[in-house]
Amino acid sequence: MQPINEMKLEFVSKSSNEAFARVVAAAFVSQMDPTLEELADVKTAVSEAVTNAIIHGYENRYGTIMMICRQYDNSVEIEVTDEGKGIEDIEQAMQPLFTSKPDMERSGMGFTVMESFMDKIEVKSTPGLGTTIVLYKKFGNQN
Amino acid sequence: MNIKFSSRGSTLIAAFTGELDHHFAEYARNKIEGELLKATTRNVIFDFTNLSFMDSSGIGVIVGRYANIRKLGGRVGIICKNQRICHILEISGIVKLIPVYESLDFALNALISA
Repeated sequence: MQPINEMKLEFVSKSSNEAFARVVAAAFVSQMDPTLEELADVKTAVSEAVTNAIIHGYENRYGTIMMICRQYDNSVEIEVTDEGKGIEDIEQAMQPLFTSKPDMERSGMGFTVMESFMDKIEVKSTPGLGTTIVLYKKFGNQN
Repeated sequence: MNIKFSSRGSTLIAAFTGELDHHFAEYARNKIEGELLKATTRNVIFDFTNLSFMDSSGIGVIVGRYANIRKLGGRVGIICKNQRICHILEISGIVKLIPVYESLDFALNALISA
């Protein structure tokens, strides 16, 4: 299926860009006339995905994060990609409360929050090469 | 993001405004730890009434402080009205450890009467 609209954003892995990325994603999604709730769902999920890339992908080192947003009829697909260390065991990483960084007070709830606020998420990762998280959301589900 | 502190007796009230994400988590952690060092503080209320955004980084901040406050025999409460933030608190399971209240009055009554 061809997207109706698409955008691509690249930014460095600085934590101040977490807010920047979620605001950009929200601005893109706003064109689809979402409810405030749906907009906040997208912002929260994007924030989690970008935070993961910064903390786990790049382990707070300098790197580039790419975000691609694709609009379909009444849904959006948001890809967040890093070229960081990758995830060895995706299933384990997605378990609620699992964290590889308890010393940094990470709650281990990032993927659970993404799953809870989006309709579907996909995680693709190759150790040593990087990770892509794809977030899907359909709008107007309440109708 | 900003945190304003006030106190009622031995209870510290940390009122958050703005957005609490990973970027501001360390700032929040340091500010609260600084206040906790003051001898008068025993209980802590996290007031999220004016917090407009929080992701799972906020959970880490709360749980980390909770552990320290409990070690010193204090109690913890959260004030939350924003549905999304309340939902994140629920799915994280934090609500099993820390009671969530609708207003400061409810939180203070509960912490003081217990």
